[in-house]
Amino acid sequence: MYVAVKGGEKAIRNAHKLMARDRRGDTNVPSLSLKQISEQLYLSVSRVMAEGSLYDVELAALGIKQSRGDLIEAAFLMRAYRTTLPRFGYSKPIDTAKMLIRRRISATYKDLPGGQLLGPTFDYTQRLLDFKLAADGEAPAPETQEFEKEEVMPRVTDLLNDEGLIEQDAPIAPDAPVGDLTREPLTFPAERDLRLQNLARGDEGFLLALGYSTQRGFGRTHPFAGEIRLGEVEVDFFMEELGFEVPLGTMTVTECQMINQFKGSASAPPQFTRGYGLVPGQGERKVMAMALVDRSLRAEELGEEIDSPTQDQEFVLSHSDNVQATGFVEHLKLPHYVDFQSELELIRKVRKEWQEKRNAAEQELVAEAAQ
Amino acid sequence: MSTQATASIFARAPAPGFSDPVHNAQSVFRAAMNAMAQPGTIQQLSDLALTPPAPLSVSATALVLTLCDYDTPLWLDADLAANDVVKNYIRFHTAAPFVESPAEASFALVANTKRLPAIASFAAGTSEYPDRSTTIILMVEDLKTGQGVTLQGPGIKTEKQFSVSPTPPVFWQQMQDNSRLFPLGVDVIFASDHQLAGIPRSSQISGLEA
Amino acid sequence: MTNLIEAQDISGEHYNFAYLDEQTKRMIRRAILKGIAIPGYQVPFAAREMPMPYGWGTGGVQVTAAVIGKDDCLKMIDQGSDDTTNAVALRNFFVETTGVGTTTKTKDASIIQTRHRIPEETLTKDQVLVYQVPIPEPLRFLEPRETETRKMHALEEYGLMHVKLYEDIAKFGHIATAYAYPVMVQGRYVMDPSPTPKFDNPKMDQMEALQLFGAGREKRIYAIPPHTNVVSLDFEDHPFEVTKFEQPCAICGAENVYLDEVILDNDGNRMFVCSDSDFCEDRRAAGHVGLLGTNPLDADKTTEEAE
Repeated sequence: MYVAVKGGEKAIRNAHKLMARDRRGDTNVPSLSLKQISEQLYLSVSRVMAEGSLYDVELAALGIKQSRGDLIEAAFLMRAYRTTLPRFGYSKPIDTAKMLIRRRISATYKDLPGGQLLGPTFDYTQRLLDFKLAADGEAPAPETQEFEKEEVMPRVTDLLNDEGLIEQDAPIAPDAPVGDLTREPLTFPAERDLRLQNLARGDEGFLLALGYSTQRGFGRTHPFAGEIRLGEVEVDFFMEELGFEVPLGTMTVTECQMINQFKGSASAPPQFTRGYGLVPGQGERKVMAMALVDRSLRAEELGEEIDSPTQDQEFVLSHSDNVQATGFVEHLKLPHYVDFQSELELIRKVRKEWQEKRNAAEQELVAEAAQ
Repeated sequence: MSTQATASIFARAPAPGFSDPVHNAQSVFRAAMNAMAQPGTIQQLSDLALTPPAPLSVSATALVLTLCDYDTPLWLDADLAANDVVKNYIRFHTAAPFVESPAEASFALVANTKRLPAIASFAAGTSEYPDRSTTIILMVEDLKTGQGVTLQGPGIKTEKQFSVSPTPPVFWQQMQDNSRLFPLGVDVIFASDHQLAGIPRSSQISGLEA
Repeated sequence: MTNLIEAQDISGEHYNFAYLDEQTKRMIRRAILKGIAIPGYQVPFAAREMPMPYGWGTGGVQVTAAVIGKDDCLKMIDQGSDDTTNAVALRNFFVETTGVGTTTKTKDASIIQTRHRIPEETLTKDQVLVYQVPIPEPLRFLEPRETETRKMHALEEYGLMHVKLYEDIAKFGHIATAYAYPVMVQGRYVMDPSPTPKFDNPKMDQMEALQLFGAGREKRIYAIPPHTNVVSLDFEDHPFEVTKFEQPCAICGAENVYLDEVILDNDGNRMFVCSDSDFCEDRRAAGHVGLLGTNPLDADKTTEEAE
């Protein structure tokens, strides 16, 4: 090893060249354009934007291309780039009730004001490999019709508030500070704003597994998919210097409101409670899992017994970030021979002592037998 | 716009900050870091073309520009708090929010040591987060005359003699009480014209009787 | 977008000096000052994502980036050596983002960033030693919860650590911790020295140089000012013992230094050589020779290079 690392610089350069060559693959095949990625692999782009914590379709496409389709690596590239961007301030909260809806479904009602809009979804498709796609066949265009844009599409949970069956959003003062774990390290216990931020950036697979575990009884929350909606919302920024809001543009978001059974506590009557999920881009699986986990993490607030991993906020929030997780797991590839050496020395010493003890014991036995 | 109007805008505009923000801030930080790491030693600041409004000194201003921003509530002594030119200058260059209660301050800037409130009125941190405390930037005339004290503790091989002027009569007694709070307590950076020295909470202070 | 793509080149005008923006540097600098004022206490800081993975030195890199100036001279080591792959990668990062001078000579460096070792040469008051730390919490493997360990530090409740060390003694006859051996700083905070072998622990005590510790993933910074008491935890009847090697370095003959075990061939023949490559080279340059005379593997290297 002492020698193997000499000339490391040259070896590193060569490794990078090899990687670039493998990334490009067969040069007879045209190189992917970023547009191809952002148009045709949009769900990957969405995941990279969410977990990379940066809303930029083109950069996410670049990340995916550069990482050879490794979405965690692509999210990592986005995060590292994000670090270098100056921060101008915080936008106003987006209002998903004013979303330009592309998909909106509720599992809790057959029909509801605004209707069920299936939108672009894999749901109800036959999961059969489509060989027409392999042959580059173009899909038939969907039918379109003029529609009148509804100014507001109320959220299902707002519609049900009349009876008081569903918990209300806790009233929040408009100027109440909102936590930001990219500015202040997370401390425990973390409030819901920070928990949701953590989950929105968290690994989809991790949240999926945790959410699933609650359905199987590890901290069961009896969820119903109250509403899932996908569409575009406007992002506004309040300009301190000008004294008014300016629109920065629109972004695509997916939102999920889970409705969960709640038996009531000393301070709250029996009613439905909610779990919430929101991610940039289109990420239905992620928002549903996020809403399940969010609801589970409210166990303490709702006076529920905490006995499952998903209810344990330190466990969930400390391990949800895949950029952190992948770095630390993969850091085991780095040389550790100095520590290993001290372990070697230690285990040699311990073994030697163990052997000596054993030898002494054996001799004692022999001596006893001889008597 | 008339020349006169332009001139009047320039007259009202805050004086410039660091001429080389990246490297000036780095060199000032290194001086502050060494001041804290070696309590009582005098750290010379390199030439900084700073022209802060009176009564701010170059060194105290340099510290504020290096360490303060919108994340650090800043407390100003009564004279400074009443000085709009000073406040505009600091607000423009750092965006640090001003706070009225010393207990809420990440940093406190004191131009007139007579205006220094009881050290115990600043944030000393909590036992779980002793870092949530105030760092006091104290403008002084010099770092060689005045009442001398002896410092011991981390950063000091055996002991270190330290003098600073002016200090209010109760100052050293309060500093002694402050270091008894360790690991809680405030940290103090003394800023004379172009020099810095630090006394963190970890320094034990003796020799007050002399 | 064109600019963004060009920005892949981290040198030059696209990125700030030392990569981090000035607000981030201020935040880190404030944490460093707090760390120095409270030796051994882990200051939370809002670590940023860096262009190298978490666990690969992001904490050390952020501390160095906040401290380094254009007149500094940087030495970057991993496992005691300047040539290990990650040391090379991190050194290049700073060369590209700061343009500062670098050195492999311990005595010429103003900042030394290290992973897992403290140089053999005594450091001086004008130097800063920056450690890369994976798990800053010495109590973490006894109590996984931050909420609990924070309370233990607040209350100086270190009984659990002593119980763990004593269990070792009961089981093995001595303390079975070979690296990341916990220390008590200035009689107040139990601290993780980072995964340095316990061989290096005594060097931390009363060191003249400032020691800064950065844990990026865990978002903590801590410090040991110069001339601070750093005591390895032990018991009166089982005092702390430094690892001793039975032979000197095979190629420079140094004794009382930390050695790497190098396997020489398929028959399991091995030699022990200095882990601190600069120290070893210096000694050889000064004419010291070990039992093997020269490095037996150098011969292979020469042929490789010739090919």
